[in-house]
Amino acid sequence: MTWPPATSAFVPCCVRPAPDGTDNPAMSASTPPQTDLTPSGGSSPRPESLAALFWSFTGLALQGFGGVLAIVQRELVERRRWLTAEQFVEDWAVAQVLPGPNVVNLSLMLGDRFFGLRGALVAMAGILTFPLLLVLLLATLYASVQALPLAQGALRGMGAVAAGLITASGLKLWPALKQNVLGTLVIIGSIAITIVAIAWLRLPLAWVLLGLGGLTCAWAYRRLGRVTADRGAA
Amino acid sequence: MSIQLASADWWALFAQFLSLSLLAVGGAISTAPDMHRYLVTQQHWLSEAQFSSSIALAQAAPGPNVLFIALFGWQVGLNAASSSGLPIWASALLGVSLTMLGTLLPSTILTYSVARWGHRNRERRVVRAFKQGMAPLVIGILLATGVILATNQGISTDHWPLWLLAAVSALLVWCTRVHLLWLLGAGAVLGGLGWV
Repeated sequence: MTWPPATSAFVPCCVRPAPDGTDNPAMSASTPPQTDLTPSGGSSPRPESLAALFWSFTGLALQGFGGVLAIVQRELVERRRWLTAEQFVEDWAVAQVLPGPNVVNLSLMLGDRFFGLRGALVAMAGILTFPLLLVLLLATLYASVQALPLAQGALRGMGAVAAGLITASGLKLWPALKQNVLGTLVIIGSIAITIVAIAWLRLPLAWVLLGLGGLTCAWAYRRLGRVTADRGAA
Repeated sequence: MSIQLASADWWALFAQFLSLSLLAVGGAISTAPDMHRYLVTQQHWLSEAQFSSSIALAQAAPGPNVLFIALFGWQVGLNAASSSGLPIWASALLGVSLTMLGTLLPSTILTYSVARWGHRNRERRVVRAFKQGMAPLVIGILLATGVILATNQGISTDHWPLWLLAAVSALLVWCTRVHLLWLLGAGAVLGGLGWV
């Protein structure tokens, strides 16, 4: 199965073949699920040293315009094969759900699995150091031209595009809800409430996460129990 | 823009980012609305333009989007430089260190320990309930952030070209594989020409 070539964790909206009804092409690969999920197990390739780990994460970060995730998938899964697609999807879900920058979380988790705590710190340093220097340099350059209407206009235009990119990254996650136990009504309702609460009422994030999030997690817990019970009865 | 920051204010800045760190479910960008409320509306440490240009610059540069937080700290440090008695660069770097450390420290420690536990227990009902229960909120927060960024020039209908640009870029990213750099470049050109 050659589709999708680049961004399998994120699938575009319009044309998304799902021949077997599963929402995730990576999961629908015909290979049986691996029991050993550590990339170091077996013959799968892995970074040979901490320095290699640092520089490959630096390389990933510097290629990732508007977010690093798509590059991580292409480089680590398809080119270097440090991870299988299944491992990537699962790790990405955890990195996504835990607080903190997703890609930083992902580098932390992968570095830890290859080299323990040292690996986690090195991978994180790799993904942050050079991009940080670069962005500070850019900010300094921008500061010297920011009085020009041209520069202000350009950045305003880029800001609008950035708003679109963030919106699209939310829309792209929609397929990940296909097998969610919450049910379509609860999902759409909680998305709508979140948008109104944050974008319109400007409520603090904590209220939304603890209040609404507490309710949806409790509901998911209940529904998962019912699914398990049904399965047990059948 | 010049502001006064006492040392208690620097601590408050650090504490604010520390407290937001564990709320950044779905990525650091999901705390942007809260940071906007604190830095711009409440404390007046950043101007509206500085806030949105920090996000736009971080999006335009390669690397994790979390670096917009470093730029907040950088900009607050620059704004406070005249009153802090520090050299400009030192004040700016202090801002970067406080915001980045505050943002990364709690989430890193939590992720490191929980990811290990969660990986071993990923079949457990409570782990799956958390993942599935939080999923729609993660999406809702991203969409809300898009709305806030698209409307931060004000919600007068004069800004319809900006909204149109944001909507078209969202559609293009969602439905095509166009390189993000082309879109950001197009946005810069349209803005530079004064069309949006």
